[in-house]
Amino acid sequence: MAAFAFTACGKKESGDVVVLTGASTIAPIIVDVAKRYEEAHPGVRIEVQTGGTSRGIADTLSGVADLGMASRVLTDEEAEKLTAYRIAADGVCVVLHKDNPINDLSKQQLIDIYTKKETNWSAFGGPDATIVVANKADGRSTLEVFLGFVGLDKADVKADVVVGENLHVINSVVSNPNTIGYVSIGTAATEAQGGTPIKLIATDGIAATTENVASGTFPITRPLTIIEDAETSPAAKAFLDHLKSAEINDIIEKHFFVPVN
Amino acid sequence: MLGLLALVAGGMVLLIVWYLFSNALPVIEAGRLAAFFTDSLWQPRSQRDPQFGVVSMLVASFLVTLLAVALALPVGLAGAVFHRFYAPPVLERWNRRMLELLIGVPSVVFGFWGLMVIVPLIVRLAPHTSGQSLLAASIVLGLMILPIIALTSQAALQAVPPAQLQAAAGLGMGRARTIWSVALPAAKGGIGAGVLLALARAIGETMAVVLVCGNIPQIPKSLFDGIRPVTSTIALEMGYATASHKALLFCAALILVLFTALLVGWLSFRKVESDPGTGGA
Amino acid sequence: MTPPTPRARPVAPVWLDRALAFAGATAALLSFGLFAWLVWDLARLGLPRISWTFLTGEIEDAGRSGGIGPLLVSTLLILVCCLALVIPLGTGCALWLSEFVRRGSLAARLVTGGVDLLASVPSIVFGLFGMVFFGQTLKMGFSILSGGLTLACMILPILVRTTLSALEALPADLRPASAGLGLTRTTSIVKLLLPAALPGIVVGITLGIGRALSETAALIFTSGYSIRWPSSFWDSGRALSVHIYDLTLNVPQSGAMASSTALVLLALILVVNSAAVALSEHWLRRRHQTS
Repeated sequence: MAAFAFTACGKKESGDVVVLTGASTIAPIIVDVAKRYEEAHPGVRIEVQTGGTSRGIADTLSGVADLGMASRVLTDEEAEKLTAYRIAADGVCVVLHKDNPINDLSKQQLIDIYTKKETNWSAFGGPDATIVVANKADGRSTLEVFLGFVGLDKADVKADVVVGENLHVINSVVSNPNTIGYVSIGTAATEAQGGTPIKLIATDGIAATTENVASGTFPITRPLTIIEDAETSPAAKAFLDHLKSAEINDIIEKHFFVPVN
Repeated sequence: MLGLLALVAGGMVLLIVWYLFSNALPVIEAGRLAAFFTDSLWQPRSQRDPQFGVVSMLVASFLVTLLAVALALPVGLAGAVFHRFYAPPVLERWNRRMLELLIGVPSVVFGFWGLMVIVPLIVRLAPHTSGQSLLAASIVLGLMILPIIALTSQAALQAVPPAQLQAAAGLGMGRARTIWSVALPAAKGGIGAGVLLALARAIGETMAVVLVCGNIPQIPKSLFDGIRPVTSTIALEMGYATASHKALLFCAALILVLFTALLVGWLSFRKVESDPGTGGA
Repeated sequence: MTPPTPRARPVAPVWLDRALAFAGATAALLSFGLFAWLVWDLARLGLPRISWTFLTGEIEDAGRSGGIGPLLVSTLLILVCCLALVIPLGTGCALWLSEFVRRGSLAARLVTGGVDLLASVPSIVFGLFGMVFFGQTLKMGFSILSGGLTLACMILPILVRTTLSALEALPADLRPASAGLGLTRTTSIVKLLLPAALPGIVVGITLGIGRALSETAALIFTSGYSIRWPSSFWDSGRALSVHIYDLTLNVPQSGAMASSTALVLLALILVVNSAAVALSEHWLRRRHQTS
């Protein structure tokens, strides 16, 4: 206890500390990677903080963080000062309740649903029930890649529910079986396997699986990236090299994402 | 010395308002503040037609708060009266433990419980809606502030001097009349302070509401419509905002805090007017 | 049976009393029922997982397995920081308001207004503010200290308000009496007013503890996300509530662990609150014995 009180006055002990902040999707992966990395490299501490992609970007620019975690593509302005490295890929798939008989929706059908041209599941051979459209909140990378795929502007989408996190979408579908939403394939696959009553819907006939994301046939994907600015410390560079290597692929697969290196 | 502490305590909010203001400055400098009140939609990142209407969100924030208080106040107050005047003291003690515990339930637990339990019930009531609605948010928020109202009411009723109650009983007023005409008026100040705390807690609540309110920026026409309070917008978008979007969110937060300041100022001013100097120094 | 009194006196209708009792009992039952429902849902999922290894172990697999040991320690340390600041600050402010300024004066109104307004600042704004003010301006970084101080700002209004009500509810003749005994103002505050108001202050502290331990948004940005065993107040440490949030919304297939963690959090609140109440009662008893 005395030793504890003493270090409490003495500020951080020196040593190689690498701070990462950013996207909440990537943070759990990096926590696992960091644990193993620290065991192999005594004396190095990896601090992982979340708060969202833009926090990662802001913190990396301001020097609060050595590296940032970003689940969206950088804007041109951001890309002038930062470099992004892909460490994994993720697909974005449509999810429905397990009791919904529909198994496949085409791009055009998704457009009709998300613009409220069709408002009843019976139009697609489903039950006579009003479609509840769940959309993602502004700024989420899943929103951007989904809208990019269907070719809609945010202003065209008429949503009944707007949500942030992937698990919020899934639980919205569980709590109201007439809901349609789109989420990270990694998250949806884990939940579906664990017994949550949802299913992953094929898009344009292509099944939503991590294999199809890996082979590049699945149409809606996003990169999970690590970003750095011009002044990266040697310790952070070393950890970045580790993240860019194939050594972390088993951890990425364990989290149901697709390794790219 | 104590004056200094009071200064720090009272001045803290100025520091926070200043922080919000300095972050919202780019928006104010660009002269886009008016758009917050004239635009009807909230789509800050639309390429084609960016809009920053914050009115519907302010309405949502205050509406959901009002409904939550309207749900929680009768239940909390009646419960407090019951435990103070009717129930055996053992029950009262246990009830207090329970309420203190309920305050400590993380808001995300309330939100998730609301999404999985309350929302399906609402879908059964109104099958053509999403269920994530003004009603769901009011119920969840009401449940969250219930312990605050119940505990502060109970403490206020406890603080009514026993001599006053005995005097009323001596006049033959009976239990119900004593409660109604003596205990409740005497405890009014304390109950009011509790309601104010609960109100403030509800307006500022983020994580519970965001999971059940539907997050549609619109002025609701019915209890089953989705709403989006200001705090939900900040929670949903702050983590992923670009620099200019961030300034907009800070500006929305600043507007919320200022409007709340008006409300709180008005309420506490009215309180001072209505009961001038009971008790205390 | 008491004989009927000769003098006509206003007889309170019995039905009113019955109706009030019924309404009260219904309300009490309703709040108890809702609470029981919520806790039952948590216990059904979470109770089977709770064990000694869960309480002392480290987080494995992003929280899907393993324990919450480091988080328990971090949470307690955050609470210690928070209470160490908020108790003196809150009590001091309330004392000043009730004993040193006239009620309704401009200074008193400004301070109470400021404190009331502080209560309505959204918790996520506290988090963002704390990150910049404590984390960056005061150079505390992501740390238990920074998180605890941010929480202290957040629960300050609860403490000020409840302490103030407790002080104002004291019998009005206590103060002239102590002056008549020739006690100085300081002695009268320390020996008379504070002990008399202590039960009320403790209510405020328990409310504050519950609020602080349940807070998520203010802590994600300040005390942070680290799952290491904390070695000092300067370390980042994930609070239980932040972990519950992360599991619920960010880690698929971890619902049972989120429920277990929530149950532990509730138990922790029960223990800390009981300790606060017991401590104050013990202290009051000792004072009665010595004086």
